[in-house]
This record gives sequence, structure tokens and C-alpha cells, in this order.
Amino acid sequence: MSPPPATKTPPDPSRIKVIVATDCGSTTTKAILIELVDGHYRQTQRGEAPTTVEAPFADVTLGVTNAVTELQELSGRRLVADDGTIIRRASDSDPDGCDVYISTSSAGGGLQMMVAGVVRQMTAESAKRAALGAGAIVMDTISANDRRRPHEQIQRIRELRPDMVLLAGGTDGGDRKKVVELAELIAPAKPRPRFGGEYRLPVIFAGNAEVRPEVSRVFDRGFDLSLVDNVRPTLDVEHLGPARDRIHDVFLEHVMAHAPGYDKLISWADAPIMPTPGAVGDILQTIAAKRGINALGVDIGGATTDVFSVFDGAFNRTVSANLGMSYSISNVCAEAGMERILRWVHLPMDERELRNRVKNKMIRPTTIPQTLEALVFEQAVSREALRLSFEQHKAFATSLKGVQQQRTVGDAFSQQAAGGTLVDAMRLDLLVASGGVLSHAPRMEQTALMLIDSFEPEGFTELAKDSIFMMPHLGVLASVHPDAAMEVFEKDCLVYLGTCVAPRGQARAGKPCFRWELRGARDARGELACGEMRLLPLGADERCEMTVTPERGFDMGAGPGRPVTRTVRGGTVGLVLDARGRAIDVPADAAARRATIARWLEALRVYA
Amino acid sequence: MAKAFTPGLTVSARATYRARRLLPVDGEVTVSVGDRVAADDVVAQTFMDGDVFPMKVANMLGASPRDLPGLMLRRVGEQVAVGDTVARSKGMFGMFRTEVRSTAAGTVESVSDATGMVIVRGPRQPIAVRAFIGGTVVEVLPREGAVVENVVALVQGIFGIGGETSGAVAMACASPDEELDADDVTPAMRGAVVVGGARMTAAAIARAREVGAHAVISGGIDDQDLRDVLGHDIGVAVTGSERIGITLVITEGFGEIAMAARTFALLASHAGRTASVNGATQIRAGVMRPEIVIPLDPASSAAGAPAMSAGGATAGVLEIGTPVRVIRDPHFGVLGTVAALPEQPAVLGSGSKARVLEVAVAGGLRITVPRANVELIEGGDR
Repeated sequence: MSPPPATKTPPDPSRIKVIVATDCGSTTTKAILIELVDGHYRQTQRGEAPTTVEAPFADVTLGVTNAVTELQELSGRRLVADDGTIIRRASDSDPDGCDVYISTSSAGGGLQMMVAGVVRQMTAESAKRAALGAGAIVMDTISANDRRRPHEQIQRIRELRPDMVLLAGGTDGGDRKKVVELAELIAPAKPRPRFGGEYRLPVIFAGNAEVRPEVSRVFDRGFDLSLVDNVRPTLDVEHLGPARDRIHDVFLEHVMAHAPGYDKLISWADAPIMPTPGAVGDILQTIAAKRGINALGVDIGGATTDVFSVFDGAFNRTVSANLGMSYSISNVCAEAGMERILRWVHLPMDERELRNRVKNKMIRPTTIPQTLEALVFEQAVSREALRLSFEQHKAFATSLKGVQQQRTVGDAFSQQAAGGTLVDAMRLDLLVASGGVLSHAPRMEQTALMLIDSFEPEGFTELAKDSIFMMPHLGVLASVHPDAAMEVFEKDCLVYLGTCVAPRGQARAGKPCFRWELRGARDARGELACGEMRLLPLGADERCEMTVTPERGFDMGAGPGRPVTRTVRGGTVGLVLDARGRAIDVPADAAARRATIARWLEALRVYA
Repeated sequence: MAKAFTPGLTVSARATYRARRLLPVDGEVTVSVGDRVAADDVVAQTFMDGDVFPMKVANMLGASPRDLPGLMLRRVGEQVAVGDTVARSKGMFGMFRTEVRSTAAGTVESVSDATGMVIVRGPRQPIAVRAFIGGTVVEVLPREGAVVENVVALVQGIFGIGGETSGAVAMACASPDEELDADDVTPAMRGAVVVGGARMTAAAIARAREVGAHAVISGGIDDQDLRDVLGHDIGVAVTGSERIGITLVITEGFGEIAMAARTFALLASHAGRTASVNGATQIRAGVMRPEIVIPLDPASSAAGAPAMSAGGATAGVLEIGTPVRVIRDPHFGVLGTVAALPEQPAVLGSGSKARVLEVAVAGGLRITVPRANVELIEGGDR
């Protein structure tokens, strides 16, 4: 991706000793202070303040100043000048200021796009994957065969207010007419951008390279047209990188630049402002590469949930619009259904009252659960939001490999059924959680069980959480000082919860499921029956050799019934032995279901 | 010192209100600074591009797209009516000619020699922006719109459905904790802004639609009733464009909840006056709450009244004595004043640690709630 307009050159990494980093989220601006302490980079302070991008403040930098002021109060180091700007150190001995200020941002309502392609299952789907991979919310996908008549398509386009349009269609040297037809439908519909006024709607054309002149002619007035490489140059090749990169550029240059106070924030920062999810993706890829593992990260927010995965080095990211824990909580309940949410609840609850509570959270999104009952319900909702987001991720992950992907025509037509080919729960090594409901859960056991219930990891899977949602800050720091970013990541960012041990398979509750044996830091052995869970203590710095022998019909990764030995890592929770089978099933009867859930919660001391 | 801003809803007996009335696209502003306008007066107008009707004319003629321009009988920019012949094929030896007639009325916008498509654009659609409140034009934004100002009584609701409307305030309930049911809505409330007390029932809403009331305001609504009224569930709180024939505003929240006594008393004190109501709510980027705006006596001076902008969110700083409303269970809806602001975080019943405050409530009791679970009761007259 080509970076947005550069700000200033950051200082030589060897001279950087004090770093201030902020992340301007849609509701909260989080600041961290990183200092060189005894030769090691450590995150020393954190502060936060409400984001001030909305009226009545309408200036993102006010929230930044407030958050950094909190750092200043906690550290005793003067960081904010009288005019609200961030102070830089004059010399190595200067006790005030910082050497580098960097920031990420997701304020401004996200990126909303409309995409179009000739054939729904082919170029339109590739365009959609490119947009999703870039972090957009796809408002609608228009294609020549989407079963709508042209005037209905035009009407729909007119109703939408996208931030930008991605138009694909035709392989290089292939269909010309249908591609130009699509352009001719979109241009006269004149979709009005959200920002109105003088904002010229950006259109990115990533279709048949041979029709660029015709497409340019169609969009010659009132649009800001970019031409990039075809997302589908041939039928069996998907090439999403250039379109995704251009989407990022346009997002930074046009969309974010319209967020109030952004010009000031850009001038304050020593490196380009990165979109928050982009920075998280960067750091996750770094971890996966450094440790040579498959990793999956999730960030559940108030409005959306981002899922990131790295399998065999291939990075994918999806953004599930309208699956979140505050603004979108009502949508999670509508999509999942109250019945699915209540299957995670061990307390009797009145459904009508819950529905009203959900709506009250939707209209007052910043409130937090005060009672245990309210917490249990929110964590149940989060399981379904995470599950739905993960489903969406698996459905798209196959095609978001990066710059170029080989796919057969047959694969493309069977995309729905073939989704998830890259994301393999058995081969997942590390699952990282971030976002309020996961990061701020009062007990780590709650975070661990929410992750296990939603993602259903198989085999041996390490569980971790981003301690204070520091991954965005470290992602952008990696672009300035990679060593400092990795050092803070290892020492202060990730909190290891432990390892989940869960065989794949299903059988009737009470039948034998697997035998286990620990050697090393702990020596123990035992067995679990189907439907049981057990927690074994293993501290954060402890590792053990563990052999798991599954019963016939259960698989730990080496095939049904075959034993597997691995080094397992402990954590603040420990080793979670999960013999509930995959997919996790709960009794249909409400009383039996509550009793079963209560047993699992007790085994893991979730609400102890 | 970092400031802790807490959101709040305005309930003000007297405020200077500025309604910024803008066109979606550039157009003509029809008022001047100093003009007196009524709520229904047009302050700006324009024309939006008409609907677009594509026709695959080359296909229909059996001709190549490249030949289409030569076969067109109507040129780009020419008017066509439904049934007018727009293109004709050459046929063989001048015979067996095929004609294509327009399926829409409008102007020929484009003829594509790449795709053979002809696009006819329908007549332009007039768009008018009205004043929303009676008042004085204090600013004209050339080609965009105008700002109308007045001294008003203002109530911001928490959630609404439906767009802008107006009508006389009609009190349907005797007290703020009285449920608004169908029996409370009478035929005399035709064209009115009906004010209930606690929850508005689905039956009351149906009755209000039946008698032709313009809006219903009450403390709460049940989620199931709202779904019944809309015919679908609401996933995210972005509303205002619903076409259900009535505007609904709740002032407190979902469920059985009484309207704040102060809000009820304020609305009751203006019974019979014209209120402008907008149900549009947006709880996402750019928070917008529904509003009930009651212009006061035209002779009333704006001097000293705090300034408010239409739809905007408000926020203030929590201090001892600040009136607040608890906005989450287990004390949802309780009103009181801030009695203490402990510096250290406290452990909640949920097990979470959070910064809290103590609220002094009726009967001399004090309750402890997370700071995130209160909102300020904003108002110029408190």
C-alpha cells in the first residue's frame, strides 16, 4: 500500500527513548507512554478520554490532548504544551516531552462502500472481497445478474450514500460491453457521498484493463476516478492487492481527511496516521511470522467486529459491520436470535425484559453492566457476535490471500460452500482477543471461555488477550521502530490466558472422550468424558509436555484415536480441557441447558 | 486536568434554538435575513435529478452498438414522451424497419456506442426545505439554505421514529407515570402532538394513527410494540425515514418507564401550543436525538436564553449537585443529583472495576452507580 501524504521524518530509532502513541477509536481515545527503561522498551503509562470527533466538540485532537494529559499526570513528565500540542524533547537530558508521537484512528464512522461487478459469483464477489479485505462495510453489491432490473439497480444506487465505489468486471481482454454498461448505470445514478458538498465521489475501476478509456469517459465529470489492476485478470486468478491498497489510500486521503480535526492530528504525528484495524493486522502478521505459527485475532467493538487470520503466512481480514456490543447489539440479537443467545446463559431471565434492555443499550451505548446478571447476558451476546463474525471471516478468508491468489473456476462458483478452506480450527496455534467485552471482562476465565465457545478451537490452541488494546499502537510503532514494537509486544501487550485442549468429534454425553498426561513443570494424568470441561493450573511462565490420547471418533490433529504430544503453555487461566466436542451442543430443554452451562462455568470458575 | 464529559439530553423551558435548514444539493434560498417564517414555510428549494431509465436500444434494433448513434431519431438533450419513437433500424432496402419507442418520459441523457444503451432521465423532482420551526431567519447560506432562530421550549428525546412534523400539544395522560393506552387518544387529537406519560402501547399508537394525530410523545415503548408498529426489528439506531404516518418520540427508554416529571410538566405547560417534532435519531457517528421544539411567544426576547443547535448532542461535566438520570439497570430511570464523586474505582456487582458516583435520590437515599451509567439532565432553567 502506498502511504498517505508523509508528515515528517521520524528521528533515528537509536535516539528514540520516549514514545507517545494514541488510538482514536469511535468512542474512546487511548494513549500509551513507552519509555526506554534499563535498556528495554516498556509501556509505562496509559490514559484515555472520550473521542471528540463528534459535535459539540468536532475536533479529534481535543480527545488526544485529554488522553495524553492523563499520561502526563500519571508519569509526571510534561507532554502537553499550553496550546494543547504534544511536546518533543529538546535533548537527551530533557525531562519533558517525547521523541515520537504516532497515532491510529478508526473514528469517523468507518468506511462504507458500494461494489459492482459483471457476474455476481465472479468479478462482483472479487470486488466485494477486495473491499472487505480493505476494511470496508459493503452496503450493496451490484451485478449484471443480481436479479434486479436496471432501473431497480439505479434506484438502489441512488439511495445509498457510499464513501466510494469499487467497480470490477471482465477479465483482461474479456467482456467489454457489460462492464461499460455497469459504469453507465452507476454514473447517471450519481450516488451522493455521505459528506456531500464539494466531495467528488471516488470511483475505483478494477476491471478489464482494455475498457479503461470507455470507463474514464463515463466517469469524466463529478467523480474522482482511479484506475487500478484488474481484481480478476483471468478467470482463475484473483488479484486483490492493488484494489485494496487504493481503497486504503482513498480512505485516508478523502474519507478520514473529512473527520473534524484530522488535518491537525496529521500535522502532530511523526508518521502517517494508520487505520486502527490495519495496524492490528500488521502486528498480528509480525507475531505469526516471528513464531512461525497460525494466528487468529479478533477485535470486538461497539459497532463492528474485526477478525484477522494468518494461516500458512496468508493474511486475511474481515470486518463484520453491525456486529458489535453497543451500537449494534440489537442487530446481533436480531441476526442470532434470542434463543441462540440464551443458550449461553445459566440464570433464568425474562425475554421481554432482555429485549428492552438490549434496545436501551443500543440507544445509550456507553453504559456498562453493573450487576452480574447484566454481565452474563452481555457476555452471552458477545459469544454470538463473535461466532457470526467468525462465520463471515471463514466464508471470505479463502480469497483474501494477498496480492495474488490462484483459484479455479469451479472454486469460484462454489464459493459459499468452499468458504473456510484457509481457516482450520485444528491448525490454529494462537487466538488473540481484544475489544471491550473481552479485554475488560472482570475475570480472565470469562475471556477464555467466550473465546472457546465462539471460535471452537480444536487440538492445542494458545489463548491470549491484548492487555489494554495496545496492538494498534504497536502496529504503527512497528513502522517507526520495529524492535521497540516487538519488545513491548512480548513484555507488556499480550497476556497469555493459557492453552485450550479440545479434540474434534462428537459423541453422547458421558462416554469417554480423551486421556491426558502432563510431564515437566507439572506431572499429572486423567481422563475426560464427553460433555465435560476441566481446568488445570499452569502458570503464566510455565510449560509442560502434554500427551492427549483421544477415543475413537475424536481427533487431536493426528487422526481419529491417535495420541498427540505437544509442549503446552500456561497462563493466567491455565490449561482448559474441553471435551464438549465440536460443534458445541447444549440441551434443548431450558432447565437442562442451564444446568449444563452452570456445570461448565463452575468447572472453569468463570463467575466464581 | 483531563475533563470527564458525560452525555445528556436537553429539557429546557427556555432556550434560543437555531434550526439549520439545508438543501441536499445546491439550489435557491427563498428567504432573507430578518424574515419571519412559519414552520411550514419553504426557506429553500431545488430540483433533484429525475429517475433514470435505461433502454438497450441497439439490442432491440438488432444493430451493433457502434451503429446506434446513426439510428437515433432523438438526440441527446431532446425531450421524449412515453411511446415516442427514439430509434429506427435501416431495415433491408428500406423495408422491415424496426422501431424502438421510449418507455419513459424525460430527456435523452446519453447514447452509448460501446453498449448500445440509451438512457432517458425523467423530469426533475422538486425538493423544498421548510422552516421546521416558526421564527426569524438569522442567516442565509447562499444556495444551501437558511438558519431560523426562535426562543423555544425544548425537549430532546432518547429515541424516535419518523420525520419532521408539527401540531398542537395535546395532553393525553394526567401524570407522567400513566401508561398511554388507546382509550386516552380521542378524535379531537387529529393533527395533534399527543403527549402520554409512561409507556406508549401499540394500541395507543394504532389509535393515534387512526385519528390522524401527527406525533406521539411518551416516556417509553416496549420493544415488541415497536416491532409490531414497524413490521420489523431495528438493528441499529439510525431512524427518521420510516413512513408509518406518524412520528414517535420516547423521552426515557424502552420498557415500562415514566416520563421525567420535569419533562412532563414542561410539555403540559404548553398544551395547545404548536410544537415541531422530529423523530430522527442517529446513534452512530454524529449523534442526533429526536426533538420536540415549542416556539414561545414571538414577542419573547432571546436575551439570556442559552443557545441550542438542532439535533446536536450535548455534553457537560459531572459535579456535585448536577442533576442526573440513571440509564442502566438495576436503577434504570432513577433521577437524582450527584452526591459524591469518589476518585478511586470501585468493584461493581458484576465484578468489574469502574469509576463510580453516588446519586442522592428521593427519600434521602444514596445509590452508587458507574459513572458511565448516568446522563446529565441538561436545561437552561435548572
